[in-house]
Amino acid sequence: MIRVFVPGDTAAVAVGADEVAVALTATARGRGLGLELVRTGSRGAFELEPLVEVETATGRIGYARVAAEQVPALVAAGMFEGRPGHPAWIGRPEDLAFFRGQTRLTFARCGIVDPVSVEAYRAAGGWRGLAAALSLGPQGVVDAIKASGLRGRGGAGFPAGIKWATVAAASAPRKFVICNADEGDSGTFADRMLMEGDPFLLIEGMVLAGFATGAEKGYLYIRSEYPLAVRAMQRAIDAAYAAGLLGADVAGAGIRFDLEVRVGAGAYVCGEETALLESIEGKRGQVRAKPPLPAHQGLFGAPTLINNVLTLAAVPFILAEGAKAYADYGMGRSRGTMPIQLAGDIRHGGLFETAFGVTLGQLIDEIGGGTLSGRPVRAAQVGGPLGAYFPRALFDTPFDYEAFAARGGLIGHGGVVVFNDTVDLLQQARFALEFCAVESCGKCTPCRLGSTRGVEVVDRIAAGQRREANLALLQDLCETMKLGSLCALGGFTPYPVMSALTHFPEDFSPARRPEPAE
Amino acid sequence: MAYLRIPDFGTPPSRAEERVTLFIDGQSVTVPAGTSILRAAQTLGTAIPKLCATDSLEAFGSCRLCLVEVEGRQGTPAACTTPVAAGMAVATQTPQLAKLRRAVMELYISDHPLDCLTCAANGDCELQDMAGAVGLREVRYGPEGEDHLDLPCDQSNPYFDFDPSKCIVCSRCVRACDEVQGTLALTVENRGFASKVTPSQGELFLASECVSCGACVQACPTAALTEKSVVEIGQPEHKVVTTCAYCGVGCSFEAQMRGDELVRMVPWKDGKANHGHSCVKGRFAWGYATHRERILKPMIRGSIDEPWREVSWEAAIAHTAAEFKRIVAEHGKGALGAISSSRCTNEETFLVQKLVRAAFGNNNVDTCARVCHSPTGYGLKTTLGTSAGTQDFDSVEHADVVMVIGANPTDGHPVFASRLKQRLRAGAKLIVVDPRRIDLVRTPHVEAAHHLQLKPGANVAVLTALAHVIVTEELVDEAFVRERCELDAFHDWAAFVAEPARSPEATQAITGVPAAELRAAARLYATGGAAAIYYGLGVTEHSQGSTSVMAIANLALATGNFGRPGVGVNPLRGQNNVQGACDMGSFPHELSGYRHVSDAAARQLFEAAWGVTLDGDPGLRIPNMLDEAVEGAFKAIYIQGEDILQSDPDTRHVAAGLAAMECVVVHDLFLNETANYAHVFLPGSTFLEKNGTFTNAERRIQRVRKVMAPRNGYEDWQITQLLANALGYPMAYADPSQIMDEIAALTPSFAGVSYDKLEAMGSVQWPCDAEHPDGSPVMHEAAFARGRGKFVLTEYVATDEKVGPRFPLLLTTGRILSQYNVGAQTRRTANVVWHEEDVLEIHPHDAEDRGVRDGDLVKLASRAGETTLRARLSDRVAPGVVYTTFHHPLTQANVVTTDYSDWATNCPEYKVTAVQVSPSNGLSDWQARYGAHAARRRQITSAGPAE
Repeated sequence: MIRVFVPGDTAAVAVGADEVAVALTATARGRGLGLELVRTGSRGAFELEPLVEVETATGRIGYARVAAEQVPALVAAGMFEGRPGHPAWIGRPEDLAFFRGQTRLTFARCGIVDPVSVEAYRAAGGWRGLAAALSLGPQGVVDAIKASGLRGRGGAGFPAGIKWATVAAASAPRKFVICNADEGDSGTFADRMLMEGDPFLLIEGMVLAGFATGAEKGYLYIRSEYPLAVRAMQRAIDAAYAAGLLGADVAGAGIRFDLEVRVGAGAYVCGEETALLESIEGKRGQVRAKPPLPAHQGLFGAPTLINNVLTLAAVPFILAEGAKAYADYGMGRSRGTMPIQLAGDIRHGGLFETAFGVTLGQLIDEIGGGTLSGRPVRAAQVGGPLGAYFPRALFDTPFDYEAFAARGGLIGHGGVVVFNDTVDLLQQARFALEFCAVESCGKCTPCRLGSTRGVEVVDRIAAGQRREANLALLQDLCETMKLGSLCALGGFTPYPVMSALTHFPEDFSPARRPEPAE
Repeated sequence: MAYLRIPDFGTPPSRAEERVTLFIDGQSVTVPAGTSILRAAQTLGTAIPKLCATDSLEAFGSCRLCLVEVEGRQGTPAACTTPVAAGMAVATQTPQLAKLRRAVMELYISDHPLDCLTCAANGDCELQDMAGAVGLREVRYGPEGEDHLDLPCDQSNPYFDFDPSKCIVCSRCVRACDEVQGTLALTVENRGFASKVTPSQGELFLASECVSCGACVQACPTAALTEKSVVEIGQPEHKVVTTCAYCGVGCSFEAQMRGDELVRMVPWKDGKANHGHSCVKGRFAWGYATHRERILKPMIRGSIDEPWREVSWEAAIAHTAAEFKRIVAEHGKGALGAISSSRCTNEETFLVQKLVRAAFGNNNVDTCARVCHSPTGYGLKTTLGTSAGTQDFDSVEHADVVMVIGANPTDGHPVFASRLKQRLRAGAKLIVVDPRRIDLVRTPHVEAAHHLQLKPGANVAVLTALAHVIVTEELVDEAFVRERCELDAFHDWAAFVAEPARSPEATQAITGVPAAELRAAARLYATGGAAAIYYGLGVTEHSQGSTSVMAIANLALATGNFGRPGVGVNPLRGQNNVQGACDMGSFPHELSGYRHVSDAAARQLFEAAWGVTLDGDPGLRIPNMLDEAVEGAFKAIYIQGEDILQSDPDTRHVAAGLAAMECVVVHDLFLNETANYAHVFLPGSTFLEKNGTFTNAERRIQRVRKVMAPRNGYEDWQITQLLANALGYPMAYADPSQIMDEIAALTPSFAGVSYDKLEAMGSVQWPCDAEHPDGSPVMHEAAFARGRGKFVLTEYVATDEKVGPRFPLLLTTGRILSQYNVGAQTRRTANVVWHEEDVLEIHPHDAEDRGVRDGDLVKLASRAGETTLRARLSDRVAPGVVYTTFHHPLTQANVVTTDYSDWATNCPEYKVTAVQVSPSNGLSDWQARYGAHAARRRQITSAGPAE
């Protein structure tokens, strides 16, 4: 029996992985060969997709950028035996520099295991975190999370252990655990990859969160733009129920945990935790004022733990290997690893999990290999559409929450988008405000009105109209949005705008923006 | 007066007992924990700018004007959403905050029409106030940007306009609809800059689920939602606090005036019955006061076939007195009687019964409570010792289980319904006992745990079956029963209800209620915590109305649900002052304070005060008066503010009784249906034109204040006084407060009531006496009014009104939100857009059997009579049951209802009539004849210039 692995990840499917899978099956049948085809997730080196792997005695051998029409020739050239010679042959993927340079704690299995098989997950070391947790007890789990130094990976970087302890300490007839999988930041895909490639890891993380906090019900809020992730998670949840790893008696340990997928309706702001709560409650996705914190009064008024996919997915490792094993990675107050997502004009785009501390320049120039276009790098936006634009002068900034904040930036969800020298930072500033205008929930005044006014002011600057006065107005507006907005959407929109103004003033200058002739 | 500008604290009060001291701009202030910084500051008189916050709504945090700085904390938190903390040091005015607030205002004004000088809200606009407060001096964004200034104004609602170009999207309207009214008709559609307040799914207000309660208009800080009357007349310049004259909730309103013109009625925040909320009737439907059909001059005629002649007040009073004297001379004093009005004040009602007892010399006085809550009087007096609801409305906030029986609060008592829904949304459980699926059974965010959809007429069987479950499943609160109730009566009752024949299973065939559902409801009521019963005319207007009331009291006694907040037995009384009219001695057998006329001691008290000898025998009830009239013994009646022809059952019998009288005096606002049989018409005054008091369903006595001079010349109590004097019985009250003083002197439960006390306290709930100087929100706290609570056996006896081959359906009647009773007032307002005619709700199965389609004209016939109206197919009613309202004289639903009535009180059996429904192609004979007759009898010839 031949075992072949073809990613079912959205990124791979987008470049033809499904067609490759069909062609592999057909070719095998045509040759009368028994073929077991496993649809995995992606390993995260997107330039290699569709990356087909074949199981051999010496490990899994990869064939990169496979097209469906190539399959018969590849098979004829000995693909099913892992034979080299064909240009698509890359040998063992894990030997590639891109992977060798990574520390994969969270993404250790992603792209490797069968994401619908409880047993494959177990065989690859899954469920060990749960076993460890059961012996530690809920308080022990909370202590371990605290000791690990894990911080919220959704963007805010709030210490996870404190949040878990708050929900655990709340006394209430019911509590909830919510996984925020409304991954809407530009240039980010780690949540999606993980859900498509290693969904049981997330389920285990949520079960652990429920165990630690006393919540018996979890919701997994996935954006509607991720249909394959929704399907993958639902299949995994069904399998976990069937295997007794969800439901009334998880793993025979006498604890209850139910898990339900909720699909968003296309609003970026529903990734904001309180708007997400409203959305799950069936209401308009509108931000709530805090306090009360969701940990005190969240979903349906009950204490609620809300964590990002990557936060919850980091938990099983911490429990299985110990808090210290995790905390040993990283720098300063940023402990452990961060799955960094490299996107934009970059040669080696994809998911790169590594310990905190790597510099932005290393990520872009060395790991990412510079631009795909070959043009010089001019700027990088880190942390999604609300992140700051950093010029090359700041590329020595280490990937660390505090280091980025000290320079007026944020690492957010770990997305890095690279821009070459053709970028117009005034237009990027305008885009930030326009994004806010489109995605604002409309509740608070600075965001609802300010974003639209901001676009208009930038347009006037672009047209050279009353440049100095409008630049002053834009800065006032940014201050108003930053200090006055109800949530991070309005509050962080000024970061890309102000960073563009600060680091790239030439794009706003009279030289580039001449006053129109009257 | 203490009723002028009431400060807005921005957020609702915290109920926490823990107190927290903090510093605001260096000043120390101590407030309950959980109070917002905004509210804490306001208690110091420090006004932090705000737009989205108002103290009737939960904090929202959207406008971002109330940002403050807190020592040791990052950023600029909103004062409305940030609770106080001990030792916190807050700065409300700093250069940074000033700049931020100005910048936020600059954004608002960049999308707002700059037409303040011609805006209806000019002078009453919070946006305008805040622009001033933050010192906005320029708007740098310029006029060329995007805006909402061209959005069309929605003028569909008859009472208010929605102009989205003036909307600042603060969501106060949306939240008022959600939190206060509980209809959830409004939302914000779209996101970001495109966010727009909209009724339902982008509909016009009139087409939406909006019930026009006015909460949104009141909450709006700008001119986006404005009363049409303000647009037309302008801003009011003074206001007077008074009490609504529609239903028994008794909402307090500010009558906001411009000179003697009423600009708008705005619910008064300090009103203890309504806490600043209102419904479409009290808030908007007051235009009848100036309706062209209102009669302002007295009129007389020799016979009802003649046209009316307008005469002077002196002539009218003299004519009436002469007629009454003639009739007494010819037929004896027993030929006279009167009906007092539940729409009039306590003082006016007291005078009418005084007129009868002292000047007529008999006890022939009755009131409309005869046809609504007289069984409540009998039933609660028998079991508890007094004839009134046991709780205040605020009590519902403490209820864990609420059982609504035969009442439809969202239509009949909408402001109470909103309070109830707030409590239900917060988690209290609801049981509905009603033949019809009323809105409360399932409405946004409210769903009844149990709906016992009984057959009309089966109340006693259902209530006794509930008792059966409570007794046989040992859910009785034995300690309460032992301590507070008559034990022998309890044991008799327990044995009675425990009999297998009274079980839910045995009575299921009679009641139509599945036994398991009934058992579950009984368990919930008995074990769900504080349990309150609210009931309405669906309980009382039956042949066993009084029995049902006693069965309800039995349930509450057995489960210990008395004497504290959250429990009790609460009749939802219909009319604004029906409680008061009953309290004031309007019944033929009772003096004020429910003392029987045969009680010689009580009688002596009155005799001494009034200088007359009183009759010790009860007088005639309304139906008896009509019977006696038909038989020729009863000849003259003075009817103040009641339209018995339309409202009382068996219209044709009422008409025959009136037609047989020699002098019918109608004292009313309009030529109502009864006036078609009248010989004297005395024009009445509206509640806006008089001083006095109303007593609402929670026994709350509240002031009615004159806001304009009576257009008819006199307040109603003055007219009764004129009549008494003309009859030779002197009355010389200069002011209604003197009447109240007399009431207090003669009525123990009112002993402590005076206008001075009402002025000081705002309102007071009787009993108000030496023992309860500040009144009694909750009754029967330590002991029942009668001492020990009394269980009464409640044997179910089926009504004689039975379905059969000729009349196979059961008709039950009720009210609708926008119309009020016989509609004399509401039909003369724009409320008719919601309810132009009475319709017959019929189940689709019954309709199909009869070939009736939705909207068809159908004939509704009973053994008493027939009428025609339009059919509406609806599964709100069960098969076999039809339902209609009685608001329109054209329909005259009471032509169909019968002369059956409650065994104890003669309260008519409106709620059960066997009928048949069949397709029709026109008005019934009665309707056609009556229409022609009414037109003829309403003719008026104006008095010529020289007589």
